[in-house]
Amino acid sequence: MKHNAFLRIKEFFTSRPKTAFAAVAVFIVYPFLVSDYYIDVTFYFGIYALLGLSLNIVLGEVGLFDLGHACFYAIGAYTTAILNTRFGIPVLALLPVSAVAAALFAYIVCSPIIHLRGDYLCIVTIGMGEIVRLALINNPFNLTGGPNGVFGIDFPSLGGAIVIDSSIEYYFLIWIVVVLSILGLGKLQDSRIGRAWNCIREDQTAAEASGIDVRFYKLLAFMLGAALAGVGGNIYASKLMCVSPESFTFWESCLMFCIVLIGGMGSIPGVLIGAAFISLFPEIFRPFAMYRMLVFGAVMILMMMFRPGGFWPRKRGAVSFDPLLEVRGRDD
Amino acid sequence: MQIIIEQLINGLTIGSFYALIALGYSMVYGVLKMINFAHGDFFAFGSYVGYTVLVIGTGFLTTHFGLWGGLFAALTAAAISLAIVGIIVERLAYRPVYPAGRLPAVVSALGASIFLQNIIMVIWGPRFMAYPSKLIPNIHIKFGDIHITLLQIMILVLSFCLMAVLYFIIQKTLFGAAIRASALDRDTASLMGIDFNKVIFFIFTLGPALGAMTGVMVGMYYRQISFTMGWNYGLKAFTATILGGIGNLPGAMFGGLILGILEMLGAAYISAAWKDVFVFLILILVLIFRPTGLFGEKTAEKV
Repeated sequence: MKHNAFLRIKEFFTSRPKTAFAAVAVFIVYPFLVSDYYIDVTFYFGIYALLGLSLNIVLGEVGLFDLGHACFYAIGAYTTAILNTRFGIPVLALLPVSAVAAALFAYIVCSPIIHLRGDYLCIVTIGMGEIVRLALINNPFNLTGGPNGVFGIDFPSLGGAIVIDSSIEYYFLIWIVVVLSILGLGKLQDSRIGRAWNCIREDQTAAEASGIDVRFYKLLAFMLGAALAGVGGNIYASKLMCVSPESFTFWESCLMFCIVLIGGMGSIPGVLIGAAFISLFPEIFRPFAMYRMLVFGAVMILMMMFRPGGFWPRKRGAVSFDPLLEVRGRDD
Repeated sequence: MQIIIEQLINGLTIGSFYALIALGYSMVYGVLKMINFAHGDFFAFGSYVGYTVLVIGTGFLTTHFGLWGGLFAALTAAAISLAIVGIIVERLAYRPVYPAGRLPAVVSALGASIFLQNIIMVIWGPRFMAYPSKLIPNIHIKFGDIHITLLQIMILVLSFCLMAVLYFIIQKTLFGAAIRASALDRDTASLMGIDFNKVIFFIFTLGPALGAMTGVMVGMYYRQISFTMGWNYGLKAFTATILGGIGNLPGAMFGGLILGILEMLGAAYISAAWKDVFVFLILILVLIFRPTGLFGEKTAEKV
């Protein structure tokens, strides 16, 4: 059995082509059949899926408690907002810039704290998230616009060739980014890096003893996670056309944390399920108005009671070096 | 000099709020190794219960029992009802997820927090509430140049009494010894005949009750309460817990007081807008150089 998400998808396409292509067809046709409201709901589903994937690298793969992930998202969004409104650089060109800015920020702030473990790392990342949010509110060097944020961000465009300005186009933009990230992360899960990450998560001391550079791999996870969150921030900023500190609160970090845990640590399909829950649930239960968040909280508790490992926990792959087992195609 | 002392007293007042909330976090963390994210909402809930008692009952209580009787009733009502809420939350939301490990408990606690917040919103409505004004006569007491209000003195006295009582219970009584033993090693403690369920029952009545009383005091001090305020105070109090060394109760008290004083001094001498940044920066610096907090014991790392 293939445990790598990438191979699984490939296997799915070859073994059940009809279902697979039907899924792809629904994904492509869906936005043309429904109203803008539903397209936007699925757009936010995509944003949360991307954020969930980004935190999944840090929390799911390496097991680092990061409850301040919204700050990387904020750095990405504000990088886009400031560079676009001040210098008129096209938003799509800023996509990699936002990713790099968030990753650099992660490198700078995480280097001194990377040796902390468990709950201590958790509280430091909370502090980090709060510092970034408060700094944005306090408008340093007149850059961030204070509590009001930055307005008037352009539609994503690249030299007039591609202009993304309707809900449907945003839907495709975010989901293409999500699918590409899933493919990349799926590849990464079974690579040397992914195995090193999981090893650190299971037992850091053993990992260190087997020659894994723990510090390097932890920082790498933070930087990659931050870069993905920065990409999310870029798309979010251009969709909303304005950014403000309110979008990057501790609450947002908690939601990302819940996405990963509700789905199952380190599981890519799990992240999608978690993101669907977080983004679709409040929309579906909108008629219940003030009771919907009440139910939301209760459902979170119930989920942890009945599926404590997450909704779609990641199966541990059996790595076998025995060629005989390969030939027999044994499946554990 | 006068300003410094006044700021110190303001800092102590806020710090004692943080300290009282932090005790609840620390007790739960010490025994269950779980961050109880719903604790801030116990505090907010308590504040609302106190509000209701004061608003509905002010006329009756103050005419029959005098001002202090009314306040005492509000504090007790908040403490008792939140002790009950604490037990219910523990039974329904936490107990079923303990066996699954620590991370599901975090999600469950976040869920409980959202749930409690929205219960407050459903019962009392989403708007800000204002505590009755002129509850406590606005008397300034002068020591030389230094002005302190009667309310501040009352808050300080009450919170220090509460902390002293809790300290006594934890450090001097047999039951406190049971709690400390469970915090140290749960399995051995139960082998020694300590009823772990009783310990949990105790920390989930005492913690929320302390938080609720703090809620009433905060309501009287700032006069404005909202259903989301649990997050803010909870976050600060949790910071205080870590600052003092998590699971260490005297550490949590000192952590809270230090945090309050730092916040006030930061607001007065650095910048009011950046005071929280200052607080979190100090927290991060402390953790970088003393990863177990200011008063945490240096334990060998468990492998």
